[in-house]
Amino acid sequence: MHDQARFEYLLRLGDNCLILSQRLSEWCGHGPVLEEDIALTNVALDLLGHARFWLTCAAEVENAGRDEDQLAYLRDAGEFRNVLLVEQPNGDYAQTTARQFYFDTWHYFLLRELKNSSDSRVAEIAEKAVKEVTYHLERSSAWVIRLGDGTEESHGRMQRSIDDLWVYTGELFEPDAIDVEMRERDIGADLESLRAPWLEHVQKTLSEATLDAPSAGWMQRGGKRGVHTENLGYILAEMQFLQRAYPGAQW
Amino acid sequence: MVAVQPSIAEIWSWMSEIPDPEIPVLSIVDLGIVRDVRWTEENELIVAITPTYSGCPAMDVIASDIRSSLKNHGISAFRLETKLSPAWTTDWMSDNAKERLREYGIAPAARLIPITGIAPLKSSEKEQRVQCPRCGSEATTVISRYGSTPCKALYRCSACLEPFDVFKQH
Ligand SMILES: [Zn+2]
Repeated sequence: MHDQARFEYLLRLGDNCLILSQRLSEWCGHGPVLEEDIALTNVALDLLGHARFWLTCAAEVENAGRDEDQLAYLRDAGEFRNVLLVEQPNGDYAQTTARQFYFDTWHYFLLRELKNSSDSRVAEIAEKAVKEVTYHLERSSAWVIRLGDGTEESHGRMQRSIDDLWVYTGELFEPDAIDVEMRERDIGADLESLRAPWLEHVQKTLSEATLDAPSAGWMQRGGKRGVHTENLGYILAEMQFLQRAYPGAQW
Repeated sequence: MVAVQPSIAEIWSWMSEIPDPEIPVLSIVDLGIVRDVRWTEENELIVAITPTYSGCPAMDVIASDIRSSLKNHGISAFRLETKLSPAWTTDWMSDNAKERLREYGIAPAARLIPITGIAPLKSSEKEQRVQCPRCGSEATTVISRYGSTPCKALYRCSACLEPFDVFKQH
């Protein structure tokens, strides 16, 4: 029997990166300006690289003959373990920016913890990824400030997106049995301890952006145990089409 | 089949003849992508490589170039390993490599100034002025922190008005 908790934990890490990467890739060729088109696809590429590391690791732990590609292309929505935040639609640029900002801030503090994991594979992937995620966080924070402290139109849109996506941030800090076990085995991070630094950076950035921080309230959850919003099905339909229609196709 | 096992130094010299697919003025050794070359006790050659950035699409090409080079030099028993730690850093590039990068039109290794304060400059790091690789002017501004590849940022020179790539210090 393989290490189920570790397998699930690695899937969560990998699926967050994979699904957000796929979402950002939808901007390719549609960015508001060329530099942003390039920046978003660069971030998508980094996240895809992280997803490959995590899913390769997950496949090895599972030891059931699956590889990173089979995990990415041949699982159905209920088997994906990403948080709900990353599957939310791109919407306008403010919505993409708010989603990225919430995620990058969490991702940055999470990876800083995982650098100290007792699992050397987890630690080295985190050490590699956090260097890139620092750039992601710098970029998305700067855009929140630029759009928030911009025109009346951009301010309004940024505030709306910050408010709309808030409901998906609770899940990031709520440990379930798997998170607790991984924490106890010193493999995973203490999710609750990430909340304070996350909130501090979010509030500081929003304040600089002249935006109001949303107040605490009821939070949406489910992604980590495979209960997703309807958005994920559409993402997978596009991402997995080729391997579903032409099994084993290579290029 | 080779009668005598080539020396480690010899294999490093083959590796340093392999150009980076995206920046062909530099070799994969100049960039610090090749991390280790060693023979195992079973006479298998191990070449350890590390990606510059996690999603670097050139890694597959680099791996295949290494395989071709080893085969062309008569090595059949070898294995490529990916080594993530220590994470790749531009500190591994030599001064000579940086000079060739500059001649190629890419300003070498500039630390981007942090925006948010979340990852402030270390006290050992000075805020660097980025020099235009064409005219040498330091009157340059950042256009975008992400250039044509993740390892580069896009700058503009106010003196000669040309845009140019900057290799990000990483
Ligand atoms: Zn110039």
